[in-house]
Amino acid sequence: MRPFNFEKVKSAAEASVMKSAVSQYIAGGTNLVDLMKKNIAQPEKLIDITTALSDTIDDQNTGIKIGAMVSNSKVADHKEVITKFPLISKAILAGASPQIRNMASTAGNLLQRTRCPYFYDITTPCNKRKPNSGCSAIGGANRMSAVAGYNEQCVAVHPSDFCVALAALDATVTAQTKDLKEIKIPFTDFHKLPGNTPWLDNNLPQDAIITHVEIPANAFSRHSAYVKLRDRTSYAFALVSVAAALNLDGKRIKDARLASGGIAHKPWRWFEAEKFLQGKRATEEVFEEAARLAVKDLKPLSENGYKIPMLQGAMITALKNSMNQ
Amino acid sequence: MELKGQYSRRNFLKVSGLLAGFMAVPSSVKAFYQDVKQYLVPKKNVSRLTLSVNKKTHTLYADTRTTLLDLFREQLNLTGSKKGCDHGQCGACTIHINGERALSCLTLAAMAQGKEITTIEGLANGDDLHPMQKAFVECDGFQCGYCTPGQIMSAVACVNEGHTGSVEEIKEFMSGNLCRCGAYNGIVQSIQKVAAQ
Repeated sequence: MRPFNFEKVKSAAEASVMKSAVSQYIAGGTNLVDLMKKNIAQPEKLIDITTALSDTIDDQNTGIKIGAMVSNSKVADHKEVITKFPLISKAILAGASPQIRNMASTAGNLLQRTRCPYFYDITTPCNKRKPNSGCSAIGGANRMSAVAGYNEQCVAVHPSDFCVALAALDATVTAQTKDLKEIKIPFTDFHKLPGNTPWLDNNLPQDAIITHVEIPANAFSRHSAYVKLRDRTSYAFALVSVAAALNLDGKRIKDARLASGGIAHKPWRWFEAEKFLQGKRATEEVFEEAARLAVKDLKPLSENGYKIPMLQGAMITALKNSMNQ
Repeated sequence: MELKGQYSRRNFLKVSGLLAGFMAVPSSVKAFYQDVKQYLVPKKNVSRLTLSVNKKTHTLYADTRTTLLDLFREQLNLTGSKKGCDHGQCGACTIHINGERALSCLTLAAMAQGKEITTIEGLANGDDLHPMQKAFVECDGFQCGYCTPGQIMSAVACVNEGHTGSVEEIKEFMSGNLCRCGAYNGIVQSIQKVAAQ
């Protein structure tokens, strides 16, 4: 690990002033410390923001406001989150281990890096780790890689479960820029596709700091499910995951949300399938058709073709599970 | 034999010039070496830390890179917490921070100041084992024992959190602790036993 200076700040403003290109913020550290041990992240200075940002959850009529420093466990166990946004709780509990969820922060979850094996192997080219060095995964071991939204520069997937639920429920990310202005980014625009800058995971401006994540009030609390398929039943990253949420009027679907992890460089929303479900009756045939619509344009790589039928099945299961509540 | 020239002015200048040169060279080489070293190998930063571990306050100096796990093992002689993978994948280093389970291998010591840290060494009351430690002995909750301190710390937290409703729930909430010997059944029984007390 590269030696670094360590500073603790008391406020977001102080953090922003201190931040530079060679420094990094640290909160839970569950991803960053690991990346530093492997010399993938080599900050010259670490800025401890654990006491600089909010660690409370504000339940408001318009929705819920989660402070950047609230631990993943605290979000998952929060009474109002469980009753009003159960999908969030389910998704968080499907990820990592209790120890890691206790340590990991809300904002840190959004900013965690991909777990693509080549990103972690510093002896191989990786555009995400070393810009313009090439992508090893596209012609290599890519069974965990993307099936949508990728290009020849990067086939990595975003590893978060929490973010899949946040994308499904139209959350908003609030951040403070380096010049202390508050900005809001819709969650579905927060993470980006690789494009020509695969080394950037998101659209957060340089040196900005996430302060809150807000989820608007919705009518999905009674019918939601998170299905995560992985190499072992617990404590593994998703091969594919599906967050499904329905707003039902009797048997008729008034509104639907479908999002997935393990599919692309960002948490993936299935807008076409959602639109298809709207106004339909909630039957197995309709769910099957929605899943068919979702997977029809996906293009697997050499080793991850299995993800297509797996995703299709996971989507049908998630929609069915969301009914059984 | 004539010693002419040995103490001459020219000779003195030559010799002293050479000596001065020799003295100058190593220092510039040394400075150059330091410059290069600083560029290639950044200077390590040592800071003064005050940590509360097992209800004892320790004040010590440590490199900013030091994780809690390394600090326990290398500086505090607390070798109960184990370094299994050092990357947050195995749970052998599990401890409690402010009563909640956490991974000491991914926690920078500098960030743990002001928090109440408990390691496996702080669980027993003198020679009186913690009920979970007793249960692990009685239920064969281990074979080789390497993952055991982490398993026990995690198990204590699992009971405190109330995630002991079923075998499946216990397994789900203990999934962050791996056991290569496969003592999982004994571990689950130990947790059930303590949860029932």
